[in-house]
Amino acid sequence: MMGFAFERMEAVLLIPLGAAALLAFLPGYRLSARLNVAAAFLTLLVSVSLLLGDRSAPGRYLLIDDLNIVFIVLTTFVGFTTSVFSASYIGHEIETKRLTPVYLRFYHAMYQVLMFAMNLALLANNIGLMWVAVEMATLTTVLMVGIYRTHEALEAAWKYFILGSVGIALALFGTILIYVAAQPVIGEGIDAMVWTELVAHASSFDPALLNVAFIFLLMGYGTKVGLAPLHAWLPDAHAEGPTPISAVLSGLLLNVALYAVLRFKVLLSANDAAVAPGPLMVTLGLVSLIFAAFMLYRRRDIKRLFAYSSIEHMGIITFAFGMGGPLANFAGLLHMTMHSLTKSGIFFAVGHIAQVKGTQRIADIGGLTETHPWLGWSLVLGVIAIAGFPPLGIFMSEFLVVSSTFARQPLLAILLVAGLLIALGALLLRLNGLAFGEPRGAVAPVKASYVPLFAHLALVFAAGIYLPPQLVIWFQHVSSLLK
Amino acid sequence: MSGHLAFDLAHLLAGSLVLASFMLLYQDRLYALINVYAGHALVLTLSVAWQAYIQNAPHLYITAGLALGFKAIIIPVALRRIVQQLGIHREIETVVGIGLTMLAGMALVALSMVVMLRVTGAAAPIAREDLAFALAVVLLGLLTMVTRRNAVSQIIGFMSLENGLVLAATGAKGMPLVVEISVAFSILIAFIVIGIFLFRIRERFDTVDVGAMDQFRGERR
Repeated sequence: MMGFAFERMEAVLLIPLGAAALLAFLPGYRLSARLNVAAAFLTLLVSVSLLLGDRSAPGRYLLIDDLNIVFIVLTTFVGFTTSVFSASYIGHEIETKRLTPVYLRFYHAMYQVLMFAMNLALLANNIGLMWVAVEMATLTTVLMVGIYRTHEALEAAWKYFILGSVGIALALFGTILIYVAAQPVIGEGIDAMVWTELVAHASSFDPALLNVAFIFLLMGYGTKVGLAPLHAWLPDAHAEGPTPISAVLSGLLLNVALYAVLRFKVLLSANDAAVAPGPLMVTLGLVSLIFAAFMLYRRRDIKRLFAYSSIEHMGIITFAFGMGGPLANFAGLLHMTMHSLTKSGIFFAVGHIAQVKGTQRIADIGGLTETHPWLGWSLVLGVIAIAGFPPLGIFMSEFLVVSSTFARQPLLAILLVAGLLIALGALLLRLNGLAFGEPRGAVAPVKASYVPLFAHLALVFAAGIYLPPQLVIWFQHVSSLLK
Repeated sequence: MSGHLAFDLAHLLAGSLVLASFMLLYQDRLYALINVYAGHALVLTLSVAWQAYIQNAPHLYITAGLALGFKAIIIPVALRRIVQQLGIHREIETVVGIGLTMLAGMALVALSMVVMLRVTGAAAPIAREDLAFALAVVLLGLLTMVTRRNAVSQIIGFMSLENGLVLAATGAKGMPLVVEISVAFSILIAFIVIGIFLFRIRERFDTVDVGAMDQFRGERR
């Protein structure tokens, strides 16, 4: 049974990798789009079986525990639904000749490589391996952001490249420092980079070294989370790449980077003498939230609008995890899940909207509920969800974040609520122009795939009304792991 | 081998790397900058090879070989060709004056000494010195990147930053995955350089000056 569990763990990595190799050589976009969907679905099945089945003991390189399985199931699920959306999105891009078949082959292969890299980063029990996986995920997304080869796309890819590289460089320095701290206690060699070993011995590490290491890791991986002073790459990368990539970036890659931060936060919490990582994360999260909330008002591009909304929500999640404690951690996990589902759902809708209107400028899009009722109303529902209205899932998680903060730090809670309300105003203002009023832009009918979009919205809606008790117990258990 | 020599030479080489980083800061010609970077990589090669020798860690010779072949020879040659073929301006535009940059550089070096020497009290002396110098090189690399507006010199800043990381990784005794990480970084750099060339940032943006790219930002259309 142990061997079987181990094989499944590797299957989560090997299926995307094998599919990537296959997709790189397959001509014909219809076939490869289908294969992409099939591979993503298979990975999802395996990850669900990992969730339900028993687990193998952690190895030196790979690990599966209650924390990362949540991320893996979420990643493979959104990976699957996005691949379904991507199939219809790409069909349109081929028709309008924005992408050639060769680029498409590259695109599909890269999509699976990205899935592989994200799963590897989540499964890694080795801080060096985790770093390599995050770097790989960065590289593949850089390539995909620049795939249209327009001025804007290349500039976005370049900016993402440089800032992402600086981020991962800082993260590597932090990783080295963690090793230097661990080496006198655990000894030389691979064991001093194994996460489970590190946590077990963290109490005897040199606290000063751990502090400095965490600063580097927080700034480094925080760049990839899109936290405020280091976010400059995020809106450009979201706006200029293909929309399925925006959905995966917002819904998944930011989470993966945050997961890396969380792992190191647990490590630091295990050492009593080290600085508490919470306040640093609270500050960064709050700054991101408030900054992004104000920036939302000045957006003129629909994908940039939702990119800034991602910065806002990553700020909230980082804030919640920084506050720590069972309730705030629970809220953070829930918010992360809800944000992933909602935001990728919104990008599914936005992708089709931008295709049918032929523009991303908010001023050129209007009256969607009249011209394209399905798309328009889904967008309305998505934006209402992301703005945090009851009874949808995000309202519940935001409510938990706010109420748990009020109980402990009322001043911070006031700032938090202010940020949320400012963002809400901006989103509703823009939504009004997009969805209602005089129809603007092209009114041609759209060939869209609604299934992934509706699936995401339905899940968010259902979670707002009823959370299954098993899920609550599970999340509570994970929150206790996070300290 | 006496312990003193091992320490002194490691100290000398790591210190030279910081010096080379300073030299990168005040270059105002692109070719000169590329040459200094080649020297930077050469110093790194020597330093890594010396670490491989004193730590008795033969796998580090791979990292040293990579630094020599890839960073000190192939990349500088490739960058020269890119500058030639894309017809990039040979002078480098800086954001702030050289004097101010140098002062900031000195402050950064002092900062990294203060921080690293204070927190690494428990580590071996060689690792301590290496980490302190490595942080200085990393910060100077960042400074090079933010004070230059030209894409090629930003890349060079990034590569010098990365050399600092390799110095830190090799200085940490017995650190696993160093070779893998240095290979991963080389791939990253190769991507950047190939990217500039393939996407012809010159042709697309009319300049490799990153400041000029800003006008294409989606929101100022």
